Amino acid sequence: MADTRRPLSPHLSVYKWQVQMVTSILHRATGIALSVGLLLIAWGLLALAGGEERFGHFTAFVGSPVGIILLIGWSWALFYHLCNGIRHLVQDGGYGYEIVQFVRSSWASIIVSLLLTAAVWAYVLTLGAAA
Amino acid sequence: MSAYPKEYRNPLKKARGLGSAQHGVSHWWVQRVTAVALVGLGIWLVALVLRVLHADYAAARELVARPWNAVLLIAFVVTAFWHAVLGLQVVIEDYVHTRWKEATLLMAIKFIAVLATLAGVLAVLRIALGA
Repeated sequence: MADTRRPLSPHLSVYKWQVQMVTSILHRATGIALSVGLLLIAWGLLALAGGEERFGHFTAFVGSPVGIILLIGWSWALFYHLCNGIRHLVQDGGYGYEIVQFVRSSWASIIVSLLLTAAVWAYVLTLGAAA
Repeated sequence: MSAYPKEYRNPLKKARGLGSAQHGVSHWWVQRVTAVALVGLGIWLVALVLRVLHADYAAARELVARPWNAVLLIAFVVTAFWHAVLGLQVVIEDYVHTRWKEATLLMAIKFIAVLATLAGVLAVLRIALGA
């Protein structure tokens, strides 16, 4: 790391709040959350490999109120990071940089991720009621 | 291409003698490649989790043991942890300005990610090979 004095992030206090900032911050926040969520997936796989009793501990945690709240959060984080990630890949291709498009795609990431989360949990809950 | 100068290096690098470590492009590119892979793998994982949801232990194991599911799970675990490390690295570099804390965190996330990846892959292999 070069030992030079240069402007460093974050400089949130400099800007007026706008949706593009929110999507950018959420992308990082959900990325951090999903990194922790990956450990849960690793735990689930280890438990599944480790035998029925250990898998029982895992499903008991995941099915508990705290587990469900975490899962709802992680599912939204996944869908948000997915939608906004696709948006960033499109922007990496050089598209969507008009300010109108940029704002519109920001809102699209947020709204589509919420719809997908709602759809998945509606499916889970109706399936649970049917089972 | 002949319109471009022969010298590709930014003059600032020579001027300061404190240039980049030259790994920025590969970091950027690998983050995109893993992102594209995770668009597909992430959607596939959500579908798999929804199928495992109401399965009992034996059925969950059988589902994970199927060859394509095992292969894609391993691909997901490796790609997702790799992508996570690249993302967390940028967040840490941006926000942690104390050098020893920064270096410690950068190493810690790599150690945790490698261990969790190896454990997750081994778990899938044990299930797939019936060990």
